[in-house]
Amino acid sequence: MSAILIQQLVDGFAALMLLTSFALLAQHRMLSVLHWFAGQGLLLAATAAIVAYGTDNEELYISALMALLLKGMLLPWLLRRVIRQLHVHREVEPLMNSSMTMLVALGVTLFSFHIIQPIEKTSLLMTRDSMAIATACVLLGMLMMITRKKAITQVIGFLAVENALFFAAIGATNGMPLVVEIGIAFDVLIAALIFGLFFFQIRTTFDSLEVDTMNAHLIHKDDDE
Amino acid sequence: MSSASVQIIQAVMLLLFAPLAAGFISTCKARLQNRRGAGVLQPWRNLRKLFKKEVVMAHHASWVFRFAPYIVFTATLMAASVVPALLVDTPLSLTADVIALVALLALARFFLALAGMDIGTAFGGMGASREMTFSALAEPAMLMSIFVLSLSAHSTNLTTMITHTINTPFALHPSLAFAMVAMVMIAVAENGRIPIDNPTTHLELTMIHEAMILEYSGRHLALLEWAAMVKLLLFSTLIVDLFMPWGMTAQADLTGVAIALGLWMVKVAGLLFVLALFETSMAKLRLFEVPEYLSGAFVISFLGLLSYYMLEVGA
Repeated sequence: MSAILIQQLVDGFAALMLLTSFALLAQHRMLSVLHWFAGQGLLLAATAAIVAYGTDNEELYISALMALLLKGMLLPWLLRRVIRQLHVHREVEPLMNSSMTMLVALGVTLFSFHIIQPIEKTSLLMTRDSMAIATACVLLGMLMMITRKKAITQVIGFLAVENALFFAAIGATNGMPLVVEIGIAFDVLIAALIFGLFFFQIRTTFDSLEVDTMNAHLIHKDDDE
Repeated sequence: MSSASVQIIQAVMLLLFAPLAAGFISTCKARLQNRRGAGVLQPWRNLRKLFKKEVVMAHHASWVFRFAPYIVFTATLMAASVVPALLVDTPLSLTADVIALVALLALARFFLALAGMDIGTAFGGMGASREMTFSALAEPAMLMSIFVLSLSAHSTNLTTMITHTINTPFALHPSLAFAMVAMVMIAVAENGRIPIDNPTTHLELTMIHEAMILEYSGRHLALLEWAAMVKLLLFSTLIVDLFMPWGMTAQADLTGVAIALGLWMVKVAGLLFVLALFETSMAKLRLFEVPEYLSGAFVISFLGLLSYYMLEVGA
Protein backbone atom coordinates (compact mmCIF):
# COMPACT_ATOMS: atom_id res chain seq x y z
CA MET A 1 0.00 0.00 0.00
CA SER A 2 1.23 3.44 -0.83
CA ALA A 3 1.75 6.15 1.78
CA ILE A 4 -1.00 8.28 0.26
CA LEU A 5 -3.54 5.48 0.48
CA ILE A 6 -2.60 4.84 4.12
CA GLN A 7 -2.98 8.51 4.91
CA GLN A 8 -6.38 8.55 3.21
CA LEU A 9 -7.44 5.46 5.16
CA VAL A 10 -6.34 7.08 8.44
CA ASP A 11 -8.29 10.20 7.52
CA GLY A 12 -11.31 8.11 6.61
CA PHE A 13 -11.16 6.27 9.93
CA ALA A 14 -10.81 9.61 11.73
CA ALA A 15 -13.97 10.84 10.02
CA LEU A 16 -15.76 7.63 11.01
CA MET A 17 -14.53 8.12 14.57
CA LEU A 18 -16.16 11.55 14.61
CA LEU A 19 -19.32 9.99 13.20
CA THR A 20 -19.45 7.34 15.95
CA SER A 21 -18.99 10.04 18.59
CA PHE A 22 -21.98 11.92 17.17
CA ALA A 23 -23.97 8.72 16.83
CA LEU A 24 -23.35 7.87 20.50
CA LEU A 25 -24.90 11.22 21.39
CA ALA A 26 -27.86 10.79 19.05
CA GLN A 27 -29.02 7.30 20.06
CA HIS A 28 -32.26 6.80 21.95
CA ARG A 29 -31.88 3.23 23.08
CA MET A 30 -29.38 1.87 25.51
CA LEU A 31 -28.49 -1.14 23.37
CA SER A 32 -27.90 0.93 20.23
CA VAL A 33 -25.62 3.21 22.27
CA LEU A 34 -23.72 0.08 23.20
CA HIS A 35 -23.52 -1.10 19.58
CA TRP A 36 -22.06 2.21 18.48
CA PHE A 37 -19.63 2.04 21.38
CA ALA A 38 -18.50 -1.42 20.25
CA GLY A 39 -18.18 -0.07 16.71
CA GLN A 40 -15.98 2.74 17.99
CA GLY A 41 -13.74 0.17 19.68
CA LEU A 42 -13.39 -1.84 16.47
CA LEU A 43 -12.67 1.35 14.53
CA LEU A 44 -9.97 2.22 17.03
CA ALA A 45 -8.35 -1.19 16.56
CA ALA A 46 -8.46 -0.79 12.77
CA THR A 47 -6.90 2.69 12.97
CA ALA A 48 -4.12 1.43 15.24
CA ALA A 49 -3.41 -1.46 12.87
CA ILE A 50 -3.29 0.84 9.82
CA VAL A 51 -0.98 3.31 11.58
CA ALA A 52 1.17 0.41 12.75
CA TYR A 53 1.45 -0.80 9.17
CA GLY A 54 2.19 2.70 7.89
CA THR A 55 4.91 3.49 10.44
CA ASP A 56 6.36 -0.03 10.84
CA ASN A 57 5.71 0.24 14.56
CA GLU A 58 5.35 -3.30 15.91
CA GLU A 59 4.25 -2.26 19.38
CA LEU A 60 1.21 -0.58 17.86
CA TYR A 61 0.03 -3.94 16.53
CA ILE A 62 -0.20 -5.13 20.13
CA SER A 63 -2.15 -1.98 21.04
CA ALA A 64 -4.45 -2.66 18.10
CA LEU A 65 -5.03 -6.21 19.29
CA MET A 66 -5.72 -4.99 22.82
CA ALA A 67 -8.17 -2.38 21.52
CA LEU A 68 -9.91 -5.05 19.46
CA LEU A 69 -10.29 -7.50 22.33
CA LEU A 70 -10.90 -5.05 25.15
CA LYS A 71 -12.75 -2.10 23.63
CA GLY A 72 -14.39 -3.82 20.73
CA MET A 73 -15.54 -6.98 22.50
CA LEU A 74 -15.00 -7.36 26.24
CA LEU A 75 -16.23 -3.97 27.51
CA PRO A 76 -19.38 -3.89 25.33
CA TRP A 77 -20.11 -7.47 26.38
CA LEU A 78 -19.68 -6.63 30.09
CA LEU A 79 -21.89 -3.55 29.79
CA ARG A 80 -24.47 -5.46 27.80
CA ARG A 81 -24.68 -8.06 30.58
CA VAL A 82 -25.11 -5.34 33.20
CA ILE A 83 -27.83 -3.66 31.11
CA ARG A 84 -29.66 -6.97 30.68
CA GLN A 85 -29.48 -7.78 34.36
CA LEU A 86 -30.59 -4.33 35.45
CA HIS A 87 -33.40 -4.21 32.85
CA VAL A 88 -32.51 -0.68 31.78
CA HIS A 89 -32.25 -1.32 28.05
CA ARG A 90 -35.19 0.87 27.11
CA GLU A 91 -34.78 4.61 26.69
CA VAL A 92 -31.78 6.82 27.20
CA GLU A 93 -32.93 9.95 29.00
CA PRO A 94 -31.03 13.03 27.92
CA LEU A 95 -31.20 16.28 29.87
CA MET A 96 -31.43 18.39 26.71
CA ASN A 97 -33.47 17.52 23.64
CA SER A 98 -31.52 15.79 20.95
CA SER A 99 -31.44 18.59 18.34
CA MET A 100 -30.05 20.96 20.96
CA THR A 101 -27.41 18.42 21.97
CA MET A 102 -26.45 18.02 18.31
CA LEU A 103 -26.04 21.77 17.88
CA VAL A 104 -23.85 21.97 21.00
CA ALA A 105 -21.88 18.99 19.67
CA LEU A 106 -21.28 20.77 16.37
CA GLY A 107 -20.12 23.85 18.28
CA VAL A 108 -17.75 21.73 20.35
CA THR A 109 -16.32 20.19 17.19
CA LEU A 110 -15.77 23.60 15.62
CA PHE A 111 -14.11 24.80 18.82
CA SER A 112 -11.67 21.89 18.97
CA PHE A 113 -10.86 22.33 15.29
CA HIS A 114 -10.13 25.99 15.98
CA ILE A 115 -7.77 25.34 18.89
CA ILE A 116 -5.94 22.41 17.31
CA GLN A 117 -5.28 24.03 13.95
CA PRO A 118 -2.11 25.93 15.02
CA ILE A 119 -0.70 22.80 16.67
CA GLU A 120 -1.37 20.70 13.60
CA LYS A 121 0.83 22.93 11.48
CA THR A 122 3.89 22.06 13.55
CA SER A 123 3.46 18.30 13.15
CA LEU A 124 4.95 16.27 10.33
CA LEU A 125 3.31 12.94 11.15
CA MET A 126 0.97 11.37 8.63
CA THR A 127 -1.69 11.19 11.32
CA ARG A 128 -1.60 14.93 12.09
CA ASP A 129 -4.98 15.60 10.51
CA SER A 130 -6.73 13.35 13.00
CA MET A 131 -5.64 15.34 16.07
CA ALA A 132 -8.47 17.87 15.80
CA ILE A 133 -10.95 15.02 15.47
CA ALA A 134 -9.48 13.21 18.48
CA THR A 135 -9.85 16.37 20.58
CA ALA A 136 -13.41 16.80 19.35
CA CYS A 137 -14.18 13.19 20.31
CA VAL A 138 -12.82 13.73 23.83
CA LEU A 139 -15.06 16.76 24.25
CA LEU A 140 -18.03 14.93 22.74
CA GLY A 141 -17.56 12.08 25.23
CA MET A 142 -17.56 14.65 28.03
CA LEU A 143 -20.70 16.21 26.56
CA MET A 144 -22.31 12.79 26.68
CA MET A 145 -21.35 12.46 30.34
CA ILE A 146 -22.95 15.76 31.30
CA THR A 147 -26.13 15.50 29.24
CA ARG A 148 -27.30 12.07 30.38
CA LYS A 149 -29.31 11.22 33.47
CA LYS A 150 -28.51 7.54 33.88
CA ALA A 151 -25.28 6.33 35.38
CA ILE A 152 -24.73 3.71 32.67
CA THR A 153 -24.76 6.18 29.77
CA GLN A 154 -22.43 8.41 31.76
CA VAL A 155 -20.03 5.49 32.09
CA ILE A 156 -20.23 4.84 28.36
CA GLY A 157 -19.43 8.52 27.87
CA PHE A 158 -16.41 8.09 30.12
CA LEU A 159 -15.24 5.05 28.14
CA ALA A 160 -15.76 6.99 24.91
CA VAL A 161 -13.46 9.70 26.29
CA GLU A 162 -10.88 7.01 26.95
CA ASN A 163 -11.29 5.70 23.38
CA ALA A 164 -10.77 9.22 22.06
CA LEU A 165 -7.63 9.67 24.18
CA PHE A 166 -6.23 6.44 22.76
CA PHE A 167 -7.05 7.75 19.30
CA ALA A 168 -5.36 11.05 20.14
CA ALA A 169 -2.27 9.15 21.28
CA ILE A 170 -2.12 7.28 17.97
CA GLY A 171 -2.61 10.53 16.08
CA ALA A 172 -0.22 12.74 18.01
CA THR A 173 2.70 10.43 18.78
CA ASN A 174 1.96 7.19 16.92
CA GLY A 175 1.02 5.47 20.18
CA MET A 176 2.19 5.66 23.76
CA PRO A 177 4.90 3.33 25.13
CA LEU A 178 3.53 -0.19 25.39
CA VAL A 179 3.87 -0.33 29.19
CA VAL A 180 1.73 2.78 29.60
CA GLU A 181 -0.83 1.46 27.16
CA ILE A 182 -1.14 -1.93 28.86
CA GLY A 183 -1.46 -0.13 32.18
CA ILE A 184 -4.26 2.10 30.90
CA ALA A 185 -6.03 -0.82 29.27
CA PHE A 186 -6.13 -2.74 32.54
CA ASP A 187 -7.18 0.37 34.43
CA VAL A 188 -10.10 0.78 32.09
CA LEU A 189 -11.01 -2.89 32.37
CA ILE A 190 -10.95 -2.77 36.18
CA ALA A 191 -12.86 0.53 36.13
CA ALA A 192 -15.55 -1.04 33.96
CA LEU A 193 -15.79 -4.05 36.29
CA ILE A 194 -16.07 -1.80 39.33
CA PHE A 195 -18.65 0.39 37.57
CA GLY A 196 -20.62 -2.77 36.86
CA LEU A 197 -20.63 -3.67 40.54
CA PHE A 198 -21.45 -0.08 41.46
CA PHE A 199 -24.52 -0.08 39.25
CA PHE A 200 -26.01 -2.91 41.31
CA GLN A 201 -25.04 -1.20 44.56
CA ILE A 202 -26.45 2.13 43.43
CA ARG A 203 -29.71 0.54 42.43
CA THR A 204 -30.18 -1.40 45.64
CA THR A 205 -29.40 1.73 47.68
CA PHE A 206 -31.29 4.37 45.69
CA ASP A 207 -33.83 2.29 43.73
CA SER A 208 -32.78 4.07 40.55
CA LEU A 209 -29.80 4.65 38.28
CA GLU A 210 -30.60 8.30 37.75
CA VAL A 211 -27.97 10.61 39.12
CA ASP A 212 -30.51 13.24 40.18
CA THR A 213 -32.23 10.83 42.56
CA MET A 214 -28.88 10.17 44.22
CA ASN A 215 -28.43 13.90 44.83
CA ALA A 216 -32.00 14.20 46.10
CA HIS A 217 -31.41 11.28 48.42
CA LEU A 218 -28.25 12.80 49.87
CA ILE A 219 -29.82 16.23 50.33
CA HIS A 220 -32.78 14.61 52.03
CA LYS A 221 -30.41 12.78 54.36
CA ASP A 222 -28.69 16.05 55.26
CA ASP A 223 -32.05 17.49 56.21
CA ASP A 224 -32.73 14.61 58.54
CA GLU A 225 -29.51 15.05 60.45
CA MET B 1 -25.13 15.74 -32.84
CA SER B 2 -25.16 19.26 -31.54
CA SER B 3 -25.10 19.82 -27.83
CA ALA B 4 -28.48 21.59 -28.05
CA SER B 5 -30.13 18.44 -29.36
CA VAL B 6 -28.55 16.39 -26.56
CA GLN B 7 -29.95 18.95 -24.14
CA ILE B 8 -33.43 18.41 -25.55
CA ILE B 9 -33.01 14.62 -25.57
CA GLN B 10 -31.96 14.80 -21.92
CA ALA B 11 -35.01 16.79 -20.84
CA VAL B 12 -37.46 14.61 -22.81
CA MET B 13 -35.74 11.51 -21.49
CA LEU B 14 -36.14 12.59 -17.85
CA LEU B 15 -39.79 13.37 -18.56
CA LEU B 16 -40.58 10.07 -20.28
CA PHE B 17 -38.48 7.86 -18.02
CA ALA B 18 -39.87 9.31 -14.79
CA PRO B 19 -43.04 7.13 -14.74
CA LEU B 20 -40.89 4.15 -15.73
CA ALA B 21 -38.61 4.86 -12.77
CA ALA B 22 -41.60 4.97 -10.45
CA GLY B 23 -42.82 1.71 -11.97
CA PHE B 24 -39.37 0.20 -11.55
CA ILE B 25 -39.37 1.00 -7.82
CA SER B 26 -42.82 -0.44 -7.25
CA THR B 27 -41.93 -3.56 -9.24
CA CYS B 28 -38.73 -4.00 -7.22
CA LYS B 29 -40.71 -3.56 -4.01
CA ALA B 30 -43.32 -6.03 -5.16
CA ARG B 31 -40.68 -8.64 -5.98
CA LEU B 32 -38.94 -8.06 -2.65
CA GLN B 33 -42.25 -8.66 -0.91
CA ASN B 34 -42.97 -11.84 -2.93
CA ARG B 35 -45.68 -10.19 -5.01
CA ARG B 36 -45.85 -10.08 -8.77
CA GLY B 37 -46.45 -6.36 -9.04
CA ALA B 38 -48.30 -4.42 -11.70
CA GLY B 39 -45.34 -4.04 -14.02
CA VAL B 40 -43.02 -1.21 -14.94
CA LEU B 41 -45.57 0.44 -17.23
CA GLN B 42 -48.33 0.78 -14.62
CA PRO B 43 -47.60 4.48 -13.75
CA TRP B 44 -47.91 5.30 -17.47
CA ARG B 45 -51.28 3.54 -17.62
CA ASN B 46 -52.40 5.44 -14.52
CA LEU B 47 -51.36 8.75 -16.06
CA ARG B 48 -53.17 7.97 -19.32
CA LYS B 49 -56.30 7.07 -17.41
CA LEU B 50 -56.15 10.27 -15.35
CA PHE B 51 -55.58 12.47 -18.41
CA LYS B 52 -58.77 11.08 -19.97
CA LYS B 53 -60.86 11.70 -16.89
CA GLU B 54 -62.98 14.74 -16.23
CA VAL B 55 -61.74 17.35 -13.76
CA VAL B 56 -63.89 17.77 -10.69
CA MET B 57 -63.36 20.94 -8.71
CA ALA B 58 -64.69 22.39 -5.50
CA HIS B 59 -67.13 25.29 -5.98
CA HIS B 60 -65.00 27.79 -4.13
CA ALA B 61 -61.69 26.77 -5.64
CA SER B 62 -59.84 29.90 -6.82
CA TRP B 63 -57.42 30.32 -9.71
CA VAL B 64 -54.55 29.20 -7.46
CA PHE B 65 -56.03 25.74 -7.25
CA ARG B 66 -56.55 25.63 -11.02
CA PHE B 67 -53.10 26.88 -12.00
CA ALA B 68 -51.01 25.16 -9.35
CA PRO B 69 -50.66 21.83 -11.22
CA TYR B 70 -49.33 23.60 -14.32
CA ILE B 71 -46.91 25.74 -12.29
CA VAL B 72 -45.69 22.76 -10.29
CA PHE B 73 -45.22 20.66 -13.41
CA THR B 74 -43.45 23.43 -15.34
CA ALA B 75 -41.12 24.32 -12.48
CA THR B 76 -40.19 20.66 -11.98
CA LEU B 77 -39.68 20.21 -15.71
CA MET B 78 -37.45 23.30 -15.85
CA ALA B 79 -35.41 21.96 -12.96
CA ALA B 80 -35.14 18.60 -14.71
CA SER B 81 -34.04 20.15 -17.99
CA VAL B 82 -31.10 22.07 -16.56
CA VAL B 83 -29.61 19.12 -14.63
CA PRO B 84 -26.94 17.49 -16.79
CA ALA B 85 -27.62 13.78 -17.18
CA LEU B 86 -25.57 12.73 -20.19
CA LEU B 87 -23.58 15.70 -21.43
CA VAL B 88 -21.48 17.68 -18.96
CA ASP B 89 -21.44 21.00 -20.77
CA THR B 90 -24.89 21.76 -22.17
CA PRO B 91 -26.11 25.08 -23.65
CA LEU B 92 -28.14 25.62 -20.49
CA SER B 93 -25.20 24.77 -18.22
CA LEU B 94 -24.83 28.37 -17.08
CA THR B 95 -28.27 28.11 -15.51
CA ALA B 96 -27.50 24.71 -13.99
CA ASP B 97 -26.73 26.24 -10.65
CA VAL B 98 -27.62 24.26 -7.57
CA ILE B 99 -29.09 27.22 -5.75
CA ALA B 100 -31.32 28.03 -8.73
CA LEU B 101 -32.35 24.39 -8.82
CA VAL B 102 -33.34 24.44 -5.15
CA ALA B 103 -35.24 27.66 -5.79
CA LEU B 104 -37.19 26.09 -8.69
CA LEU B 105 -38.16 23.15 -6.51
CA ALA B 106 -39.12 25.57 -3.72
CA LEU B 107 -41.36 27.43 -6.18
CA ALA B 108 -43.14 24.20 -7.04
CA ARG B 109 -43.52 23.36 -3.39
CA PHE B 110 -44.81 26.85 -2.57
CA PHE B 111 -47.63 26.59 -5.11
CA LEU B 112 -48.45 23.06 -4.06
CA ALA B 113 -48.82 24.22 -0.47
CA LEU B 114 -50.97 27.19 -1.56
CA ALA B 115 -53.19 24.86 -3.59
CA GLY B 116 -53.48 22.55 -0.61
CA MET B 117 -54.76 25.40 1.52
CA ASP B 118 -56.88 27.03 -1.21
CA ILE B 119 -60.01 24.92 -1.00
CA GLY B 120 -60.03 25.09 2.77
CA THR B 121 -60.31 21.40 3.61
CA ALA B 122 -58.65 20.27 6.80
CA PHE B 123 -56.37 17.77 5.12
CA GLY B 124 -55.03 20.22 2.54
CA GLY B 125 -54.06 22.71 5.23
CA MET B 126 -52.55 20.01 7.40
CA GLY B 127 -50.50 18.59 4.53
CA ALA B 128 -49.34 22.07 3.50
CA SER B 129 -48.23 22.98 7.00
CA ARG B 130 -46.35 19.69 7.39
CA GLU B 131 -44.70 20.03 4.01
CA MET B 132 -43.50 23.56 4.77
CA THR B 133 -42.23 22.60 8.24
CA PHE B 134 -40.20 19.70 6.93
CA SER B 135 -38.90 21.49 3.87
CA ALA B 136 -37.67 24.34 6.07
CA LEU B 137 -35.48 21.76 7.76
CA ALA B 138 -34.57 19.80 4.64
CA GLU B 139 -33.46 22.68 2.42
CA PRO B 140 -30.55 23.93 4.57
CA ALA B 141 -29.30 20.37 4.93
CA MET B 142 -29.46 19.83 1.17
CA LEU B 143 -27.61 23.07 0.43
CA MET B 144 -25.06 22.27 3.13
CA SER B 145 -24.29 18.87 1.63
CA ILE B 146 -23.91 20.41 -1.82
CA PHE B 147 -21.62 23.11 -0.41
CA VAL B 148 -19.23 20.37 0.71
CA LEU B 149 -18.67 19.61 -2.96
CA SER B 150 -18.70 23.25 -3.95
CA LEU B 151 -15.83 23.88 -1.54
CA SER B 152 -13.41 21.77 -3.52
CA ALA B 153 -14.84 22.73 -6.91
CA HIS B 154 -15.08 26.46 -5.97
CA SER B 155 -18.47 26.74 -7.64
CA THR B 156 -22.12 25.93 -7.15
CA ASN B 157 -22.55 25.39 -10.85
CA LEU B 158 -23.31 21.76 -11.60
CA THR B 159 -21.25 21.63 -14.79
CA THR B 160 -18.17 23.02 -13.04
CA MET B 161 -18.63 20.64 -10.12
CA ILE B 162 -19.00 17.61 -12.38
CA THR B 163 -15.96 18.59 -14.45
CA HIS B 164 -13.97 19.00 -11.25
CA THR B 165 -14.99 15.55 -9.95
CA ILE B 166 -14.22 13.84 -13.26
CA ASN B 167 -10.83 15.50 -13.59
CA THR B 168 -9.49 14.90 -10.08
CA PRO B 169 -7.94 11.47 -9.55
CA PHE B 170 -10.01 9.08 -7.48
CA ALA B 171 -9.32 9.27 -3.76
CA LEU B 172 -11.08 8.49 -0.52
CA HIS B 173 -12.82 11.65 0.60
CA PRO B 174 -14.56 11.29 3.98
CA SER B 175 -16.26 14.64 3.45
CA LEU B 176 -17.89 13.43 0.23
CA ALA B 177 -19.10 10.27 1.94
CA PHE B 178 -20.78 12.37 4.62
CA ALA B 179 -22.25 14.68 1.99
CA MET B 180 -23.60 11.75 0.00
CA VAL B 181 -25.26 10.12 3.01
CA ALA B 182 -26.87 13.45 3.93
CA MET B 183 -27.96 14.03 0.34
CA VAL B 184 -29.58 10.60 0.07
CA MET B 185 -31.39 11.17 3.37
CA ILE B 186 -32.68 14.52 2.10
CA ALA B 187 -33.66 13.07 -1.27
CA VAL B 188 -35.75 10.45 0.51
CA ALA B 189 -37.42 13.13 2.61
CA GLU B 190 -37.98 15.56 -0.27
CA ASN B 191 -39.62 12.94 -2.42
CA GLY B 192 -41.88 11.80 0.36
CA ARG B 193 -40.67 8.22 0.43
CA ILE B 194 -40.54 5.84 3.40
CA PRO B 195 -39.48 6.50 6.21
CA ILE B 196 -40.77 10.10 5.95
CA ASP B 197 -43.95 9.75 3.96
CA ASN B 198 -45.57 6.82 2.23
CA PRO B 199 -46.42 7.65 -1.39
CA THR B 200 -48.98 4.85 -1.60
CA THR B 201 -50.90 5.64 1.54
CA HIS B 202 -54.16 7.46 1.97
CA LEU B 203 -54.20 7.05 5.71
CA GLU B 204 -55.13 10.50 6.94
CA LEU B 205 -52.89 10.89 9.94
CA THR B 206 -49.62 10.18 8.18
CA MET B 207 -50.05 11.86 4.81
CA ILE B 208 -47.92 14.80 3.78
CA HIS B 209 -47.74 14.98 0.01
CA GLU B 210 -50.96 13.04 -0.59
CA ALA B 211 -52.86 15.30 1.80
CA MET B 212 -52.11 18.35 -0.32
CA ILE B 213 -53.25 16.79 -3.59
CA LEU B 214 -56.23 14.97 -2.10
CA GLU B 215 -58.79 17.25 -3.78
CA TYR B 216 -57.28 17.04 -7.26
CA SER B 217 -58.67 14.88 -10.01
CA GLY B 218 -58.33 14.25 -13.72
CA ARG B 219 -55.52 15.89 -15.65
CA HIS B 220 -54.60 18.11 -12.70
CA LEU B 221 -53.89 15.06 -10.57
CA ALA B 222 -52.04 13.46 -13.47
CA LEU B 223 -49.76 16.49 -13.82
CA LEU B 224 -49.04 16.60 -10.09
CA GLU B 225 -48.23 12.90 -9.94
CA TRP B 226 -46.09 13.14 -13.03
CA ALA B 227 -44.24 16.09 -11.47
CA ALA B 228 -43.61 14.01 -8.34
CA MET B 229 -42.16 11.20 -10.47
CA VAL B 230 -39.96 13.62 -12.41
CA LYS B 231 -38.75 15.03 -9.09
CA LEU B 232 -37.72 11.57 -7.93
CA LEU B 233 -35.76 10.94 -11.11
CA LEU B 234 -34.32 14.46 -10.86
CA PHE B 235 -32.97 13.80 -7.39
CA SER B 236 -31.47 10.46 -8.45
CA THR B 237 -29.80 12.15 -11.41
CA LEU B 238 -28.53 14.91 -9.11
CA ILE B 239 -26.98 12.36 -6.73
CA VAL B 240 -25.39 10.54 -9.65
CA ASP B 241 -24.12 13.88 -11.03
CA LEU B 242 -22.62 15.04 -7.77
CA PHE B 243 -21.10 11.88 -6.37
CA MET B 244 -20.48 9.45 -9.25
CA PRO B 245 -20.40 11.37 -12.52
CA TRP B 246 -17.86 9.05 -14.17
CA GLY B 247 -18.93 8.12 -17.67
CA MET B 248 -20.66 11.38 -18.52
CA THR B 249 -19.53 12.61 -21.87
CA ALA B 250 -17.84 15.93 -22.56
CA GLN B 251 -18.44 15.86 -26.35
CA ALA B 252 -21.82 15.55 -27.99
CA ASP B 253 -20.92 12.64 -30.31
CA LEU B 254 -23.11 9.61 -30.76
CA THR B 255 -20.93 6.96 -29.07
CA GLY B 256 -20.19 9.21 -26.09
CA VAL B 257 -23.85 9.97 -25.55
CA ALA B 258 -24.80 6.30 -25.96
CA ILE B 259 -22.22 5.20 -23.36
CA ALA B 260 -23.30 8.00 -21.02
CA LEU B 261 -26.94 6.99 -21.45
CA GLY B 262 -26.21 3.35 -20.63
CA LEU B 263 -24.14 4.21 -17.57
CA TRP B 264 -26.70 6.75 -16.39
CA MET B 265 -29.45 4.12 -16.60
CA VAL B 266 -27.36 1.59 -14.68
CA LYS B 267 -26.45 4.09 -11.95
CA VAL B 268 -29.98 5.44 -11.55
CA ALA B 269 -31.46 1.94 -11.58
CA GLY B 270 -28.96 0.94 -8.89
CA LEU B 271 -29.96 3.91 -6.73
CA LEU B 272 -33.66 3.21 -7.19
CA PHE B 273 -33.15 -0.45 -6.32
CA VAL B 274 -31.39 0.55 -3.10
CA LEU B 275 -34.34 2.85 -2.38
CA ALA B 276 -36.78 -0.02 -2.93
CA LEU B 277 -34.67 -2.21 -0.64
CA PHE B 278 -34.75 0.41 2.11
CA GLU B 279 -38.47 1.00 1.67
CA THR B 280 -39.14 -2.69 2.07
CA SER B 281 -36.99 -3.12 5.13
CA MET B 282 -37.95 0.02 7.03
CA ALA B 283 -41.09 1.24 8.72
CA LYS B 284 -42.36 4.78 8.48
CA LEU B 285 -41.09 7.16 11.15
CA ARG B 286 -43.51 8.71 13.56
CA LEU B 287 -44.30 12.21 12.31
CA PHE B 288 -42.71 13.89 15.30
CA GLU B 289 -39.47 12.03 14.69
CA VAL B 290 -39.11 13.49 11.20
CA PRO B 291 -37.54 16.78 12.40
CA GLU B 292 -34.97 14.68 14.23
CA TYR B 293 -34.24 12.69 11.07
CA LEU B 294 -33.81 15.92 9.11
CA SER B 295 -31.61 17.54 11.74
CA GLY B 296 -29.60 14.32 11.67
CA ALA B 297 -29.10 14.83 7.94
CA PHE B 298 -28.06 18.42 8.63
CA VAL B 299 -25.55 17.29 11.27
CA ILE B 300 -24.08 14.72 8.87
CA SER B 301 -23.67 17.27 6.10
CA PHE B 302 -22.10 19.68 8.57
CA LEU B 303 -19.71 16.91 9.62
CA GLY B 304 -18.84 16.59 5.95
CA LEU B 305 -18.03 20.29 5.86
CA LEU B 306 -15.93 20.05 9.03
CA SER B 307 -14.05 16.97 7.90
CA TYR B 308 -13.29 18.70 4.62
CA TYR B 309 -11.53 21.46 6.55
CA MET B 310 -10.01 19.12 9.13
CA LEU B 311 -8.76 16.35 6.89
CA GLU B 312 -8.57 17.47 3.31
CA VAL B 313 -7.49 21.10 3.11
CA GLY B 314 -4.12 20.65 4.76
CA ALA B 315 -3.43 17.27 3.19
